[in-house]
Amino acid sequence: MGDLIVLLILLALGYGFGRMAEVRHYRSIREREALLRKIPAIATKIPDPSLRPKQTELVTGSVVISVDYFKMFVAGLRNLIGGRVTSYETLLDRARREAVLRMKEEAEALGASLVFNLKFETARIAQGRRNQLGSVEVLAYGTAFID
Amino acid sequence: MMEEAQAVGANAVLNVRFSTSSVAAGAAELFAYGTAVVLEGV
Repeated sequence: MGDLIVLLILLALGYGFGRMAEVRHYRSIREREALLRKIPAIATKIPDPSLRPKQTELVTGSVVISVDYFKMFVAGLRNLIGGRVTSYETLLDRARREAVLRMKEEAEALGASLVFNLKFETARIAQGRRNQLGSVEVLAYGTAFID
Repeated sequence: MMEEAQAVGANAVLNVRFSTSSVAAGAAELFAYGTAVVLEGV
């Protein structure tokens, strides 16, 4: 009985704070994405050869995210029947967009107009309880084009 | 990815890359990304 109450409290806390953080984070992501739209990040290896950069520089953006208790619980249930784990999908989407934003902020500080050869790297850096998702690092990197 | 490209008005996605990572035991993430472009004359 005591365990059940603790579980419910953890779930409620995870849901409440997790949801609040997610809504706030998505709002901030959308605002900053709109501001940084002037610096496109493209996956193409080499930009148009007619454009001659004065300088190029490696830019990176890294984010480490951790899952909340509620999402972990939902993902655990999902593991029983398989399929898309939507609770993790939104988490990784946030991490990835945040990583791109941090990379673009670095590019902006260098006075770049473009980031090309964008690549992503995802790694699990800590394991959660019972083999669940612990912490995941998402790294976005590319070459800043300074003209 | 195609849906997102369509939403921004692109008609092609160049340099598509795939990345797979195991985010938790029993859960893997498949991630595809590329550059959305508008090709003229297609």
